[in-house]
Amino acid sequence: MKRLFWLAVAALGAYALGGLALHRGESINALWIVVAAVCIYALGFRFYSAWVAARVLAIDPTRATPAERLDNGRDFVPTNRWIVFGHHFAAIAGPGPLIGPTLAAQFGYLPGTLWILVGAVLGGCVQDMTILLLSTRRNGRSLGQMARDELGPVGGAAALTGTLVIMVILIAVLGLVIVNAMKHSPWATATVFATIPIAILVGLYLRNWRPGRVLEGSLIGISLLILAVVGGGWVNASPAIRGWFDYEGLTLAWFVIGYGWCAAILPVWLLLAPRDYLSAFLKLGTIALLAVAILIAQPDIKMPAVTQFIDGSGPVFGGKVFPFVFITIACGAVSGFHALVASGTTPKLIASESDVRLIGYGSMALESFVAIMAMIAATLLDPGVYFAINTAPGIVGGTADAAVATISSWGFPVTVDQMHALAREMGESTLFARTGGAPSLAVGMASIFAGTFGQGLLAIWYHFAIMFEAVFILTTLDAGTRVGRFMLQDTLGNLWKPIGRTSWYPSVLATSSLIVAAWGYFLYIGVIDPNGGVHILWPLFGIANQMLAAIALSVATGIIVKQGKARYAWVTLVPLTWLAIVTTTAAMQKIISDDPRIGFFAAAGDLAAKLAAGTLPPERAAVAPQLIFNQQLDAWLTAFFVVVVWLVIADMLRVSWRALQGKAVLPSSEAPYAPSRSTA
Amino acid sequence: MNRRRESPAAWLRRLIARLNGDAAYERFVAHRCAVHPGEPLPSRREFWCGEVERKWRGVNRCC
Repeated sequence: MKRLFWLAVAALGAYALGGLALHRGESINALWIVVAAVCIYALGFRFYSAWVAARVLAIDPTRATPAERLDNGRDFVPTNRWIVFGHHFAAIAGPGPLIGPTLAAQFGYLPGTLWILVGAVLGGCVQDMTILLLSTRRNGRSLGQMARDELGPVGGAAALTGTLVIMVILIAVLGLVIVNAMKHSPWATATVFATIPIAILVGLYLRNWRPGRVLEGSLIGISLLILAVVGGGWVNASPAIRGWFDYEGLTLAWFVIGYGWCAAILPVWLLLAPRDYLSAFLKLGTIALLAVAILIAQPDIKMPAVTQFIDGSGPVFGGKVFPFVFITIACGAVSGFHALVASGTTPKLIASESDVRLIGYGSMALESFVAIMAMIAATLLDPGVYFAINTAPGIVGGTADAAVATISSWGFPVTVDQMHALAREMGESTLFARTGGAPSLAVGMASIFAGTFGQGLLAIWYHFAIMFEAVFILTTLDAGTRVGRFMLQDTLGNLWKPIGRTSWYPSVLATSSLIVAAWGYFLYIGVIDPNGGVHILWPLFGIANQMLAAIALSVATGIIVKQGKARYAWVTLVPLTWLAIVTTTAAMQKIISDDPRIGFFAAAGDLAAKLAAGTLPPERAAVAPQLIFNQQLDAWLTAFFVVVVWLVIADMLRVSWRALQGKAVLPSSEAPYAPSRSTA
Repeated sequence: MNRRRESPAAWLRRLIARLNGDAAYERFVAHRCAVHPGEPLPSRREFWCGEVERKWRGVNRCC
């Protein structure tokens, strides 16, 4: 009976996937994608994850987990698997799986969808589960510590620098996304600003008025957030007040930088912790709502399966479908960042090793499904509308007429009237060139929600979606700055002891300012870039994130080989090889391509030539030297990523080779076996 | 066995309280009373402040 059921799932999945791949014509229903995805996740979880867990990881429920052995009632606490699943999912799923697929939709729905499914089932889920188990067996050690313990100092240092750099790029690109969503949008700006005092209020509530009553505090906060969305509409409708919230991108960037600095030095309980509770509730609620709405509305996908932009001429970002779809969609397929979460808080909560499969593999499959929903939300828009929102004026021309003419000439008809009508419906003055992915996702989500729950509230849904993204982007920004600060203090503390004292105020101020300055610089450049900035920063982030995944998979492969299971090492070695190929190819193209839309040096040279020839308009000539410097810096940064990845891979190969030859390697850092009380 | 007799609503309440961290303090107190009986316990507020600080020291939010 069970076999029949799984056979049916396999047949249904194959049918849906085949339908997707072979479909040619006007539009296809989103349900095809949903069904294919759910079947693939179910099969991957039921069979592949079970096989990896049993054979490769040798999960042993009789072995006591650190939560059981070291139970202290605080961070080491054996916890019900579904509760850990919820915590872990809330920790790994951020704005990444929403933005990446939205940008990658320029290639059509098929390339991104296939990569999300295959990448997750064979790569991302395996990485998360493996790192989670390895860290659980090592008392919850971090990825950096495991790299140092198992491979050596090179791996450890690479993991540490990789984490720090990726944090800086991630925060900059997310800051840019939020700035682009708020630019000249009084409604969005007022709503996002309002989330700050609301979080502070909840923080005071949770600390002073009703200590630790999270549910009460969060419900109050969520109600206020919804009020803020509606209130933003009143602000927008009032000619007197709306001017207070109508800003240029650059002004907003300075706001975000100032906010990030304040948030990093304020106590956690005041802003970060309460906003994170709001963000977690909002995230889980909205994702569930979106899934239900897609099932009810069953929207048609209007984007072609594959567009002409797979040749590298895409307007959202430059580069061919290989390797750039694999770089653009990191979160949702394989995300190295997850390895940091899977080797931090989560392993200390696991009650039994048998829970690792659900928590590691299952949470990532769910995140991957979020990415699929983002892909659906992006591709159900008219392609012309999608490109009008996501393309910068530097590419399609500064005026609405020029933009629609260019986009229509690509074969994606769109009119100025259509865009104005859409903007009016969404309560915005314009939707042209709102790059970064968040606004087009919000338009897509608003259409799905309005299609399901009534057409009247499009503008409210749009700004709800913007607020939803803003809340967790700000959480990532704030948490990332803080983690970066701790890492910097830790590293610099080796050079000069006092700077390592995490509560010494001068050190806190200095290191926080350094981190904020680092991401603030990239954010600033992204905002002044007439091509929108996202087309530079997002690939950089993707490469950095895949680089971190390559480091994590190298650590995992090294450990598997050291344990004498070299014949199973392909489980992590295959995704590692793929990521190494993709990251290196993409990085090399970003460095040496002579197409200024792809290569950093080429773009710098192109701009320098135009500047020298005096063909740039004055406002662009004024920022050109900064843009030229930044392109060169990005090229060197990309080269640095490649060197780091290959250093770690070489180190892993060295350790594996020695282990296979029976030569001395670093001893396993696994905690010794202790029997679990629950199965004894 | 106890869990069986609990009403579904109470079970759901307990699950939510554990999921969002409302029950963290009770859990900590239960643990301390069982393992280190007689030692002084932090107040709910002290516990909350310490936990929040601890939680946000490492990477626990992702992209």
